[in-house]
Amino acid sequence: MSGNAGIRRDFARRLLRNRLTVAGGLVIALFFLVAAFPALFTSQNPDRIDVATILQPPSAAHPLGTDDLGRDVLSRVVYGARVSMKVGFVAVGIATSVGLVIGLLSGFYGRRVDAVLMRFVDIMLCFPTFFLILSVIAFLSPSIVNIMVVIGLTGWMGVARLVRAETLSLKERDFVAAARAQGAGTLRIIFRHVLPNTLAPILVAATLGVAGAILTESALSFLGIGVQPPTPSWGNILTVGKNYIEFAWWLSLFPGLAILITVLGYNLLGEGIRDAADPRLKGR
Amino acid sequence: MLRFVARRLLLTIPLLVGISLISFLMIHMAPGGPISLTTDLNPRATAEARTRLEKYYGLDKPLHVQYGRWLARMATLDFGESFSPDGRPVAEKIRERIPITLTINILSMGLIFLVAIPIGIYSAVRQGSLFDRVSTVFVFTGFSIPTFWLALLLMILFGVKLGWLPISGIGSLEYQSLTVMGKIADRARHLLLPVLLAGFTGLAGMSRYMRSNMLEVIRQDYIASARAKGLPERRVIYIHAMRNAILPVITILGLSVPELLGGSVIFETIFAIPGMGQLFYQGVMARDYPLIMGILTIGAFLTLLGNLLADVGYALADPRIRQG
Repeated sequence: MSGNAGIRRDFARRLLRNRLTVAGGLVIALFFLVAAFPALFTSQNPDRIDVATILQPPSAAHPLGTDDLGRDVLSRVVYGARVSMKVGFVAVGIATSVGLVIGLLSGFYGRRVDAVLMRFVDIMLCFPTFFLILSVIAFLSPSIVNIMVVIGLTGWMGVARLVRAETLSLKERDFVAAARAQGAGTLRIIFRHVLPNTLAPILVAATLGVAGAILTESALSFLGIGVQPPTPSWGNILTVGKNYIEFAWWLSLFPGLAILITVLGYNLLGEGIRDAADPRLKGR
Repeated sequence: MLRFVARRLLLTIPLLVGISLISFLMIHMAPGGPISLTTDLNPRATAEARTRLEKYYGLDKPLHVQYGRWLARMATLDFGESFSPDGRPVAEKIRERIPITLTINILSMGLIFLVAIPIGIYSAVRQGSLFDRVSTVFVFTGFSIPTFWLALLLMILFGVKLGWLPISGIGSLEYQSLTVMGKIADRARHLLLPVLLAGFTGLAGMSRYMRSNMLEVIRQDYIASARAKGLPERRVIYIHAMRNAILPVITILGLSVPELLGGSVIFETIFAIPGMGQLFYQGVMARDYPLIMGILTIGAFLTLLGNLLADVGYALADPRIRQG
């Protein structure tokens, strides 16, 4: 076990040495805090409509201004973080689980199973993802749950290919042959020997996946087919921003910055994990 | 080469079948099937409309017969009639909208090619330099920025504050009265922001990809031997290394088709460009199912075509692929 601990310590050291990775991690930690304890960051109610304060520019009372219904933009951005986090994690959770199962089955059993599953991946990849998501949402209806599920179910193909490739190469290694010679069953080989070795690439894919899911959710909400008002999401605040683009710049600027910074955080962390897990690829 | 193309074409057949199966099943996946969807959501739907739809889908027949008939219609690009008040054939509506979407996407692909490749090569050759670091920041921002937000910011800056560029449509009101040169200039002014935005995300991805390819190639033995025999550095980089690093880019261009198509929904909606993306968005908002399915299917075929062209292009450029 001490060998594993050493590997983990090396990994952590490489991860912390990269300043951009640390910055990404801090950004994500901050947004976790915001999503978990919104009341720490704003004392306003995001849903409180006030006709007396419609479309006011940033001020001491409303640091990021107010929207077309007089609601405080800061509080809407803060509560919007919840939606983004939730969608990001659930969607990626679904995508990773599906991808993992399909990739493992494909790589481990090979032959016909592999051929069928991989053709299915190829077919899924032929549909422009955004088109597919929009079509499914049109058949169902836009809601947070539907969006999480649809983003998840249209985003597992990359993970599946990755896990398959790793499994294919792992199952030919000597240590797997040794485990099998000692009488280890299929499940034990998968969970004890194959899965742990695919963790790093999956973690990278999942981290980058959260970034993608947050972007997709915000685009859907912006187009009015995502999270529906009055629930605040960064995307649907921007929809209002577009309507008042000529005189209320703060409505367009701040929610977008929130998206950019969060997504950037995930992308930097994802790249950092990749570099730390496989130092040979550093800087590529 | 012919054998390669033939084999590659054969491989697309199961994909085509799969695409059609998924599209077909999607219509039936909807709760209550296609009929209740269209009639329940549309209060004006009459009994007559119901029977017409039933006939269109052949719902009185078994599922495999329905699929066969639907496939035959797809093969002739017959997607049925739109649910919108004009009730025109979906194929006709799509045909009108495709040229502008393709124009913008081809222009932005050109932009990606012209800008991303030099950036990628230069930052690889000068790895760790200021240029490399700046371009890395640019690349990460490009990956992380929501395109529609960037569009809003550019609209505020160039359209509202500076007033340099129009922010919607593809032609001014007086477009018809302009001279030929005037028309071209007017169209170009309208397309400038959409093309820039359509290319932006791809730009980041492509320059990153080019950079890592180049880094990979520069470490190869044949580059060392090119240097060892005394070739000037410029020649080593721009002839020996670049040619090899650029090859896989052909594939990426083909593979970027689905992303560009998906992106067109966003920028066409924001800039009010009457293309396929906007049509799709309107279809989704109006739950115009024949239109949605038509565009989804065409999108998948275009993607398949992009993959095919990418593979063939790659094989043309690299004999090793043809042999494999």
